[in-house]
Parts: sequence; C-alpha cells; structure tokens
Amino acid sequence: MSQVVEQEKPASPQLAHYTAEYQRAIAQGPTQPRWMAQARGHAIAQFERLGFPTTRLEQWRFTSVAPIAERTFALAADGAGSADAKQTAPLSSPVAHAVCVNGRFASTLSSVDTLPKGVQVLSLEAALTSNPGLVEPYLNQLSLPQASAFTSLNTAFLRDGVVILVAPGVVVDRPIEVVFASVSEGAGSVSHPRLLIVTGEGSQATVLERYVGSGAAFTNAVTEVWLGANAVIDHYKLQEEPSDSFHVASMFLHGARSGNFSSHSLTFGGGLVRNDVVATLDGEGIDCTLNGLYVGRDRQLIDNHTTIDHAMPHCDSHEIYKGILAEHSRAVFNGKIIVRPDAQKTDAKQTNKALLLSDDANINTKPELEIFANDVKCTHGAAIGQLDETAMFYLRSRGLGVSGRARCWCTHSPATSSTGSRSLRSVSISKAS
Amino acid sequence: MLEITNLQVSGGGKDILRGINLTVKKGEVHAIMGPNGSGKSTLARAIAGHPEYEVTGGSVTYDGKDLLALAPEDRAREGVFMAFQYPVEIPGVNNAYFLKAAINAKRKYQGLAEHDAMEFMALVREKAKILHLDPDLLTRPVNEGFSGGEKKRNEIFQMAVLEPKLAVLDETDSGLDIDALKTVAEGVNAMRSPERAIVVVTHYQRLLNYIVPDFVHVLQDGRIVRSGGKELALQLEDKGYSWIEAEPQLM
Repeated sequence: MSQVVEQEKPASPQLAHYTAEYQRAIAQGPTQPRWMAQARGHAIAQFERLGFPTTRLEQWRFTSVAPIAERTFALAADGAGSADAKQTAPLSSPVAHAVCVNGRFASTLSSVDTLPKGVQVLSLEAALTSNPGLVEPYLNQLSLPQASAFTSLNTAFLRDGVVILVAPGVVVDRPIEVVFASVSEGAGSVSHPRLLIVTGEGSQATVLERYVGSGAAFTNAVTEVWLGANAVIDHYKLQEEPSDSFHVASMFLHGARSGNFSSHSLTFGGGLVRNDVVATLDGEGIDCTLNGLYVGRDRQLIDNHTTIDHAMPHCDSHEIYKGILAEHSRAVFNGKIIVRPDAQKTDAKQTNKALLLSDDANINTKPELEIFANDVKCTHGAAIGQLDETAMFYLRSRGLGVSGRARCWCTHSPATSSTGSRSLRSVSISKAS
Repeated sequence: MLEITNLQVSGGGKDILRGINLTVKKGEVHAIMGPNGSGKSTLARAIAGHPEYEVTGGSVTYDGKDLLALAPEDRAREGVFMAFQYPVEIPGVNNAYFLKAAINAKRKYQGLAEHDAMEFMALVREKAKILHLDPDLLTRPVNEGFSGGEKKRNEIFQMAVLEPKLAVLDETDSGLDIDALKTVAEGVNAMRSPERAIVVVTHYQRLLNYIVPDFVHVLQDGRIVRSGGKELALQLEDKGYSWIEAEPQLM
C-alpha cells in the first residue's frame, strides 16, 4: 500500500508577508485574553494552510482575488486623524454612532456614551481589556469554524472593532450606525474591521453598517450577529468605498427560535467587492430576509455569495438580490440554500435579477439548493435583462437626457422593488442616481 | 416652421420613406393619411428622432435649425412633441414626477427658471381638467396599467403640459371609442394656436371630423402622392385608398 503524503507547500512571499505582519501585530499589540490569543494563532495557521483562494475553487470560480493576493498590503495604522469627518457622519439620527478608522475604534468621531438602558455600543478593544467575559461567549464562535482564508485573516489580526449588545426585551427605537472608514496609507494598506452584534430574547434593533474610505485600501471585514429568541434585527450594509479599493466582507448570523432577521446589502463602491453572508437558522420559526442591491460601473467586480442554512423546522427565508451593471462592470451571485433533514416545513424563496446596461457588462448567477427534508417549499429564479430601448426613447422624446434621468429611471424601476424598507429605498435611489 | 425636403428614411434594412417633401407653417394643422405600411408612422418617428430609423437622404429644417442634427431629447426641448401610437409604460416612475422632470428639462434648456412643486401642480391640475383626466392617474406610474384610452389621453395631457411648438400625433385615434376620441380631439383643439403647428397622422378620416385640418396629404409607398384641403379626407373616406392608386395625380 502506498501512503499518500501531503506535501508541504512552500509558503509564497505573499503568505510570508502576512505571517510576518501577524508576528509584528502580536508583538506590538495590547495583551489580550488567552482565548483570544489562541483564536488568533489558530486563524493565522488556517490562513497559511489555505492561502488566498483561486478561481479553481467553486466558491471563487468567477472572482479572481489575484489583485489582492499579488499585492503586499501593509497593516494600516490607527488613522483616526486622517478620516474625513464628513464621510463618517451619521446618515440618520441614530441612537448611537460608532466609527472605526482602519478597523480601530475612533472615540473622537463616535457618539456612543448616552444610550438607552440595556443598550451597549463599545469598542471591541476596550471590551477585551476591561470586560472580556462580555464578548467571550460570542466573539469568533461563528467565524472560527469557517474555512475561509479571508475570515481567518481577519481573526488573526483581530484587535479592535465594534460591539453592540442589546439586553433582552429592549426595543431600540432609532438606528445604531456603525461606520468603518478605510484610509489607505502609502502603496496600499489593509484593515480588518470586526463587528459583533448580540441581541437578547425579545429585543429589537436596527443596525446600519457602512463602509467608506479613501485610496486603494483593502478592507477585510467580518460581522457576527447573534439574533436572540423572538428578537428582531433590521440590518443594513452600505458599501461606498472608492472605486480603486478592495472589499471582502463576511457576515455570519446565528438565529434562535422565532427570531426575525432582515438584511439589506447595498453595494455601490469598491473596485473588487466580495460579500459573503452565512445565515444559520438554528431554531424553529425563524424568519430571515436577505436582500441586496448592487450598482456596478467602470471595471467594478461585485460578488455576492449567500448561504441560508435551514437547520430547524418551520423557518422562512426570503432573498432578493438585484443588480444594475454598466460599462465593463461584472457581478457574481451565488445563493445557496441548505435544508437539513429535520427542517421540515421550510419555506425558502430566492430571486436574483440583473440589468445589464452595456454589452461589456456581465453577470454569473447561480442558485444552489441542497435539500435533505421532504416537506419543504423552495423556489428560486434568476433573470437578466437589458435596458428597454423603447422606454429610453419615450423618455428622451419628452426631453429627458440619455445620461441623466432617462437612464436612471429605466434602471430604477427594477431597483426600487428589491429594497422593501422606506428608509432604504430613499438611500438606494439617491445613491444609484 | 417645419420644412421637409426629399426626406428618405430606412428602418429594419428597408427603405420606407422615399423622398418626402412637406412644408408646415405656424398655426397650421396638417393631416397625413395613408394605408398601412405607407410610411406615416415612420415620418412621425423620424421627426421625433427614433433611433431605429435611419435618415438616408434629404433634410428637415425646424425653426431654422437642422432638426436631424439634434438628439431626440434636444428636439423635445426645442419644442417638438410626438404623441406615441403605442405609449410606453415606465414602471416605478410616477406620472407627475415624470412630467415635472420633462417640463423642467425643457425650461432649463431654454434658460427659464424651473417650476417648483406648487407652480407645477397648479399647471397640471388646470391641464388635467381640460382632458377630463382622472387626477389619480397623476400619482400612478407612467402608463402602467392604463387602459388604451387613458394612455392616449395621457399623451395629449403631456402635450398640453409641455406646450410644444410642433406637435406630431401618431395615430392618436387608433383604438379609441367615440367618447375618448372626442375628449382627445377637444384637447388637441384647445391647443390650436397661431404659434403652434400640428401634424396629425391617421389611418381613418373619423378623427378629422373633430380635428379639422387645413391640409391633408396622402402618403403611399413612402411618398406623398396627393395633397389637398380637408375635403380630400372626405373623398378618401368615400372612395378608399385604392381610388388614389387608380387616379394618380402628379404633385
């Protein structure tokens, strides 16, 4: 019998760069609890083992991350001073406004001190220093089991970020806004923002997670969300980084019995954008909505991968992703729905629609259903269309220019219906125009 | 106001208009009639600048300008309006909002101050009344779910609001019952003015009982084969288009 020997891959200079950066970060960073240090050690080892994904991996088939892998991004320093206060200003009248610059909590730009009873919005670094027990049961619990190079990299460099804690039964009536600004330094720097949201039983909160920045920065974000039993979370993610930036973001949701989670992801900026959402419906009667709207222009690449894991019976999931692609932009949508053997009475709906404004724009869209239960409803659909030339001419014949409202309206009509909420709708319309 | 000289237009790889000559002066109403496939609608669309039609020869001068050199939106802003034979549905765009953008695009182009919401609504209410337009239609998406008659009335309503100098109505009467036809005609007649020219493209004489033209032209096979006064329309109604084929008259 011959033995299969797993050959040790020689580490590429890129991977060696991140290993060296990791060692530097550990040496220079603050002392963290032992469990945290262990998680980081585990994560860097996993990153070294996995390396950056290639297009040979099914999950990355249409998205080459070579532009990220081939660069040596330096770990961004705390750049609170260089952030544009206009960019990080709140969009609504939030109950709390937390700003991180290059992944580090910026207290001077934030307003988190006067909060209603039962709501905490904290710097993750401060929580790890003064009260690690607060976050220990949750932090990394959803992200560590993921065999993802980017998520591992985020954990390996985990130092700071934002923690949102909502106590059981507390209803937060105004949004909590979190802004992550990535300010690129020198030839390009990387930051690893982290957001942890934990909501107690029967609570209710709205969280807006927004990404802005300047320069060719690489933002590698991870968000973990713990939805309490019978709790309601309205989550918005707004991506408006500059067109030469790189954005990889993963959100992991853990839902408990009868919880209600809805997320609207809006991608307008970034040169290379990859969003992963993994929602685990780990209790009966959960309602989960994942919606997305993306607008690509120039040579943008926007990739949305979602996974909804129906682990328990009687859960509903609704998913609508819509995109508008102009010029040479490209998009990828992959919607995976897993229905576990126990998850009877699952009702899962998925729709992906894309509008291509130019012959050079393109999209790869794929539903992926893995159904192991026999009493379920799962529907999916994808549609790709071009701009209606007749409608364009009609608008032009009324004096509306081809580059202005006419184009905008022909594209809005498909965009508006995917963003259910009123507030989001107005944001999406103003951003898309 | 409008001077069409030897206009040749092709569409879908076929020659459709083969040398149209037509002069329309301010204050005049011209009717263009002709059998199916004669090129009536092509003429209307070529004036509006429809991208599916290619002008292969001739010239169109409007108000002293080379109309063919202008983009469709600039023709509109210069005061050319075409009422569509098949008005297009624009889902998600509110009718009133659409009109406000259209009128302000034109005012901006002409160097006038844009209408604010109050001025605009006052104007729209006044025009809606003339056309007996259900005010509910203003808040609905453009033409979406409108009946055939509502769509045509909406076209004339847009025309009333935009107050063009040259209005081209492309088979606005098709598919209308007699009541809707009368309403539409009333709307058009209310727009008649010494400063405005109107070109009515129609297959049937019926509309011309209500919108009485100053001139009638018969189009056949891409050419105007006969021109005359309003009585020509009546003769056509009487004898059919084959009558002209049988009795060719050189222009």
